[in-house]
Amino acid sequence: MYTPKMKLTKEQQEILEGKQGEVKAKIMETIVRYGDIFDAPELVAVTHPCCHLVTSFGMPLLKPVYRIMDQMINEGIKVPGGFTMDPRPLDYKNVKCSPLERLVFDLVMYGKQKDYEEQLTKLGLVDKDSFTCACYFKENANIPKKGDVISWAESSAVNYANSVLGARCNRNSGMIDIFGAAIGFVPKFGLVTDEGRKATWKVTLKLTKMPEAQILGSAIGMKVLEEVPYVVGLDKWIGTELNDQALDFLKDFGAATASNGAVGLYHIDKLTPEAKEQGEKLLAKDYKEYVIDDAELERVYKNYPVMWKDKTKEGNLAFIGCPHLSLSQLNEWTEKITKALKDNNKKKVQIRTIICTAPKVKEVFMKTENYEKLMQTGAKLTCICPLMYSNNPLTKKRRIVTSSNKLRTYTLARYYKTDELINIISGRKEVK
Amino acid sequence: MKKFNGRVLAPGSYKGKCIVSHYGLNTLATFQSSAIKGSKNVIASDQNNPDLYGKNITGIALCLPQTIGSTTGGMVLQVICSMKTNPACLLFSESIDSLAAAGTVLAVVWEKSDIIVIDGLGKEFLETVKDTDTLEVSPDGTVTIL
Repeated sequence: MYTPKMKLTKEQQEILEGKQGEVKAKIMETIVRYGDIFDAPELVAVTHPCCHLVTSFGMPLLKPVYRIMDQMINEGIKVPGGFTMDPRPLDYKNVKCSPLERLVFDLVMYGKQKDYEEQLTKLGLVDKDSFTCACYFKENANIPKKGDVISWAESSAVNYANSVLGARCNRNSGMIDIFGAAIGFVPKFGLVTDEGRKATWKVTLKLTKMPEAQILGSAIGMKVLEEVPYVVGLDKWIGTELNDQALDFLKDFGAATASNGAVGLYHIDKLTPEAKEQGEKLLAKDYKEYVIDDAELERVYKNYPVMWKDKTKEGNLAFIGCPHLSLSQLNEWTEKITKALKDNNKKKVQIRTIICTAPKVKEVFMKTENYEKLMQTGAKLTCICPLMYSNNPLTKKRRIVTSSNKLRTYTLARYYKTDELINIISGRKEVK
Repeated sequence: MKKFNGRVLAPGSYKGKCIVSHYGLNTLATFQSSAIKGSKNVIASDQNNPDLYGKNITGIALCLPQTIGSTTGGMVLQVICSMKTNPACLLFSESIDSLAAAGTVLAVVWEKSDIIVIDGLGKEFLETVKDTDTLEVSPDGTVTIL
């Protein structure tokens, strides 16, 4: 049996010794070993019991995951507070595929999706509409309070929960997320502690115009990697209140810091909860500095590699909404697309355009006038993960364009700034 | 011949080739393409990592600063270890990050993997080691560039 370095309570020690079953013992061993690597002195209780899991796709190659989940089900282990999930990979109704692609998706890539979702239901999936990377939207209601300890994965959701909501969570991997939630404890280290939440980078913005959230996040992520940045000067552009505009910006900014680097927590001066309370006292001793001006953002943007076979051709498929769009962003994109089409004397989008949001946000949006307005443009609204769709080897033939830096990072999609993407979608030619 | 010492997270012995990433290893982006295809060898598919992109990283010592990217990262490491297409060693110049740590533990506890993982080898290690080097890794965490 594994001998822990950290101090365990009697109950935790008994679980480790197998008194609540063999599988629970292995789960406890995993969590304890994980904490021991980071010299965690103890485990702390999860205080927001609803978990969020990153692994939402039923790929046949994930045999270890299915095996472990079967073992958990057989031993009667369930996540007490339930869990939400990252988005599903497929939606044939709104994201059409060729027969060959469908074959690849159904048989090769996501052939275990149905079985996997049955496992998830048995383990505590909240409901069939809980599939989104943005579980913290008010429509989804998996919203921890400031100070809550959570056991989540999904880099963008952990980043948002830590930074915008003030919850406490390390950048857990898939499997660690459900293990921590199932036993109700996580190791006390890193972003769960006060010390670990101190900023080791001070990032000063010297910009003359509103930055693209996804490029700013990308620049910071690539510079600080997994460290904690304290960003000064963003309040000039997005204000000092966490209103819809600021929340949308931080969601996209954070996702880029997490995917282009490994940022689990950032502080925005005068805006995010801990920065509002403590200000620059959050800066650790000997912090490093990074100054970002317009030229630096442009340098970062120009350096994104274009991975298309023929770089001179134009995009033929647009994905918007990675992470999923909020209700306010859906309205904003609807207005932008319809206006650009009108200005360009066009009725329909000029390339296939897929817009991604959470199932429960879609439900609300469908009751508004803007839904019809968006549908009239020919754009499609879906709840899939564009990343999972684009990972199919056959999509290499498509030239995907996106305003998501996360999608750019993990696929062959080409990144465009929001205005450029609007131009492409509406058929304007003012694109780099 | 130069020796470096690190902390052993998963012990083992190795003598052979290495490959060096000076950038954070984006686990999902690096392994996903080969894992999806079920390839016997992982050809690194992270377009943002010019040190590794397009190279075979199965069965050799991978020298890197840390891992970055999606939180599926640890689970991806577990999966490639279960498929036995993993690098023989992960040799981190810095302290291991939470995703790679999770992957190491998942691979050891649930897959009984023999992957060797050492962290804290220091910046000089990554500045010194080159793709053309042969490395000897000892169970006590000593890494020798032969």
